[in-house]
Amino acid sequence: MSIPISYNIRNLWARRLTTALTVSGIALVVFVFASVLMLSQGVEDTLVATGSNDNVIILRKSSQSEMMSAVSRDQIGIISTFPEVGQTQEGKPFATSDVVTLININKKGSNDMGNVAVRGISSGAFALRPQVSLQEGRWFQPGMYEIVVGNKIHDQFVNMEVGQSVQIGSKLWTIVGVINGGKTGFASEVWTDADIVMTEFNRGTTYSTYTFKLKDVNDFETIKTKLETEQRLQDLEVKREQEFYLEQSKFMAGFINGLGLFITVIFSFGAMIGAMITMYASVANRTVEIGTLRALGFRRTSILTAFLIEAVALSSIGGIIGLFLASFMEFVSFSTTNFGSFSELAFGFSLSGSVILWTVVFFLIMGIAGGFLPAVRASRMNIINALRSS
Amino acid sequence: MSTLVEVKNVTKVYKRDTMEIPVLQNISLDVPEGEFLALMGPSGSGKTTLLNLISGIDQPTSGSILVGGTDIAKLNESALAKWRSNHIGFVFQFYNLMPVLTAFENVELPLLLTNLSKKEKQQRVEAVLSVVGLADRMDHYPKQLSGGQQQRVAIARAIVSDPTLIIGDEPTGDLDRKSAEEILVLLSRLNSEFKKTIIMVTHDPHAAESAHTIQHLDKGELKSN
Ligand SMILES: Nc1ncnc2c1ncn2[C@@H]1O[C@H](COP(=O)(O)OP(=O)(O)O)[C@@H](O)[C@H]1O
Ligand SMILES: [Mg+2]
Repeated sequence: MSIPISYNIRNLWARRLTTALTVSGIALVVFVFASVLMLSQGVEDTLVATGSNDNVIILRKSSQSEMMSAVSRDQIGIISTFPEVGQTQEGKPFATSDVVTLININKKGSNDMGNVAVRGISSGAFALRPQVSLQEGRWFQPGMYEIVVGNKIHDQFVNMEVGQSVQIGSKLWTIVGVINGGKTGFASEVWTDADIVMTEFNRGTTYSTYTFKLKDVNDFETIKTKLETEQRLQDLEVKREQEFYLEQSKFMAGFINGLGLFITVIFSFGAMIGAMITMYASVANRTVEIGTLRALGFRRTSILTAFLIEAVALSSIGGIIGLFLASFMEFVSFSTTNFGSFSELAFGFSLSGSVILWTVVFFLIMGIAGGFLPAVRASRMNIINALRSS
Repeated sequence: MSTLVEVKNVTKVYKRDTMEIPVLQNISLDVPEGEFLALMGPSGSGKTTLLNLISGIDQPTSGSILVGGTDIAKLNESALAKWRSNHIGFVFQFYNLMPVLTAFENVELPLLLTNLSKKEKQQRVEAVLSVVGLADRMDHYPKQLSGGQQQRVAIARAIVSDPTLIIGDEPTGDLDRKSAEEILVLLSRLNSEFKKTIIMVTHDPHAAESAHTIQHLDKGELKSN
C-alpha cells in the first residue's frame, strides 16, 4: 500500500504560490507545444480535405506541385477511354483537365504580396469537387475573362470584391463570384475556365493535371497498373488525389513541427528545471515528514512514488491548462505560402486525437523528468537523520 | 511476565569522516511485557540513539536486540520496515503529524500498510480517536489543534495498528504542564488498561514518576535506580 494521492495534491495546494508559478511555466510551454502540433495538423487537415479518396490525379512524373506538372491533351484522351474512369449521366468522362498558374497580388493590412494559384478548370470540376460551392455572385462564363475567387482570397487580399478586376497575364479579368472552399485548399485559389487560360499563357495543348473520379473506389490499383504500363503515358504519374495533397502538406507540416518543436523542447528544459527546483524545495521542507513516514513503515519506493506522483500532478495541472488554452487556437486561422505548392494556403489550428495524445505524453515526461531526482533524494534519506532535522 | 525487549551488549559508534563517536557502550537492558519504563539522562547521553535501536530505525554497531523474540539487528531494510509497522508505535517530541492531513487521516496512515478493509480502518481510527478523547476533532488539521491535542492524535496514530511496543522520545517535552499531565495520564492508561508496553525518554523527573521503572543513561552507560 502506498501514500494516498490526496497527500500529494494537498501538499501542492499548501504551497499554492510556488505551485501556481511552476504550473504557469509548464502551462506556457505545453500551450506552445500543443499549438505547434495543432498548426501542422491544420495544414495536413486542410490539404487532405482538398483531395477526395475516390478521385485520381494524373501528373507528370516527379512534379512537386501542380504548377510544375504537364499532361497533354492526347494523353488525356487516352486516359479517358479506360473503363475504370467514372462517367457522367451524359456519358462523358467524370473528370477535369486543370491548368494551374500563379499570380502575385497584394495582401490586406500589409505591403506583402502573396502567390495565389489560378486554376483553370473544365466543366467536370464542379461535380468532382463537391466541397466547393458558390457563396456570392455567379460562376464564370467560359471564354469571357471572368474569374471566381476563393473565400480566403476574397478575405485576405485587396480588391477581391465581385465586380473588381485582377490582372492575370496580359489581361484584366473580372471577378464575377466568390466560391466557398470550406476548409480545403480550394478556398485559397482563383478559378476560371481552363481553355482561356491555355490561350492566354500560350500553353498549346498542355494542361497541368488531369483528375477523374473512379467508377469504383477499389479500382485504384487496377487503373494505376494499367496506366503505368501504357506506352504513351510513361512520363506520367498516377496518385489518389487525397494522397497527392497529403504529400503537399508534408514539407510544410514537417517544417512547422521541426522548428516549433525545436523551440519548445528548449523551453521545456526551463519548465522542467522549474519543476525540479520546486520539487527539491518541497522535499527539503518535508524532511521530517519523510523520516516519520519511513519510521511508520513506508518503504523507500513508496516515498519515491509519492514524490514522482506529486511532480506528475504538478506537470499535469500545467499541461491540462496549457492544452485547454491551446484549444482556443482552433478559432484562429491564418494564411501563408505553402512551401509544397509555392502558393498561398489558408489553414487553422486543428486539435486532433493524436495532438492531444502527444501533448499528454509531453507533459507527463516533463513531470517525470523534473520530479525524478528530487524523488530519488527523498527516497534515499536516512531515517534518523531525517527525524533529527526537526 | 515474559521479557519483551532484550538489549544485549549493544555498542553504537557513529562514524563521521574518520572520526569515531562512541555513543553507547556495551549496554544491556531487559524490558518485560507490560512494563512502563522511563529512560532518563542528560542531553547527549544516547537516549534517542537507544530508542532508535530498539524501534528498528537504526542498527547497532555490535550486540543484539531481540523484540518479542525477533533479532531485529539481523533484519534487512525492507523486512525491518514491515516489522516496525506491525510492532512499534512512535510518539515524537514534536508530534510529527502530516500538516496536510486531518487528524483522522494522520491516524489512518499506519493502517494503509495493512490489508484491512476501508470499513475496518474507519472503525479502528474512530475507536482510537475516542480513546484519546478526540472523536469530535477527526476532521481537524494539525494546525487547528493545540499541542496537547496534536500529541494525542500522535498517540492515536501510535496505537491504531495495535503494536507490541510504544516508543516515546520526550513526548511531553514540548508541552505545557497541563497538557503534559494529560499525555502522561493517557500513557498510564494505555499501560494499565490496554496492557501496552511503553518505553519513554524524558528529562522531566515528574514525568518519569508516571512510569513503573526508571533507568538512567549516563555517558553511554545504564544505571538503574
Ligand atoms: N548521526 C549521528 N552522527 C554523529 N553523531 C551522532 C549522530 N546522532 C547522534 N549523535 C551523537 O550521539 C550522542 C547521543 O545523541 P542522542 O542519542 O541524541 O542523545 P540524547 O537523546 O540523550 O540527547 C550525541 O553526542 C550526538 O551528537
Ligand atoms: Mg534525544
